[in-house]
Amino acid sequence: METIPILRVQDCLLVSIQLDMHDRLATALQDDLTNKIVQTRARGVMIDISALEIVDSFMGRMLNNIAAAARLLDAATVVVGMRPAVAITLVELGLSMPGVRTALNVDRGLALIRRLIDESGAPFGDRQA
Amino acid sequence: MAIVKHDVVDIRTSDDVVRVRQLVRGWSIECGFSLIDQTKIVTAASELARNTLQHGGGGNVSLDRLEDGRRRGLRLTFSDRGPGIADIDQAMQEGYTTGGGLGLGLSGAKRLSTDFAIRSAPGDGTTVTIARWK
Repeated sequence: METIPILRVQDCLLVSIQLDMHDRLATALQDDLTNKIVQTRARGVMIDISALEIVDSFMGRMLNNIAAAARLLDAATVVVGMRPAVAITLVELGLSMPGVRTALNVDRGLALIRRLIDESGAPFGDRQA
Repeated sequence: MAIVKHDVVDIRTSDDVVRVRQLVRGWSIECGFSLIDQTKIVTAASELARNTLQHGGGGNVSLDRLEDGRRRGLRLTFSDRGPGIADIDQAMQEGYTTGGGLGLGLSGAKRLSTDFAIRSAPGDGTTVTIARWK
């Protein structure tokens, strides 16, 4: 079965969604990412959606759920690369993603994740004396 | 108003929902829609195709490319023979859901379309028609 690769870079997980996802694949990504956050003790998750031609309510909910689960696991999520037409359509669709932080591109996304991690401080137990 | 192209596609699996999105994209390009209009109708089609699958137990979509004088349009009719909707006004409300979703499918598809019509009765399936004009 096809899967969406999750890359680990330092303390972040990177995902680039490069294909038109059917719903099961979107749900699988949600599960995979959540498990991987725990396995790798990642502090940040960046999801690149620049290749996505649409985001409908199902995909929007998936992004919301990933961000919410990540937050419970002490990781910050940033969605990057949303196309302008997708943004306009999401607003008209009525979908708000209150828990999802966004950035224009990968560079800004990484900077935002770094800031969010710094703001939340080092995880308890990992703090160096 | 003339129908210049017509096709019917089954919606049985979540792969079919993806196929419908890609088909609608192609047809909306043929209609000469702007990128934003393409994105709106494809997103609306995705919502309705998923409804057909999840609430209607599968069905089909009928695609019509329309010409009305100088206007060009795309009309999509999603039909299922599922349980139907008892209270259409309630189903159209934003946030109302029976399927565990966000309840944006019908209301969102309506907002993203120029024309919208729904016909449904308990035990008699559901038919939703949307159209978008250039």
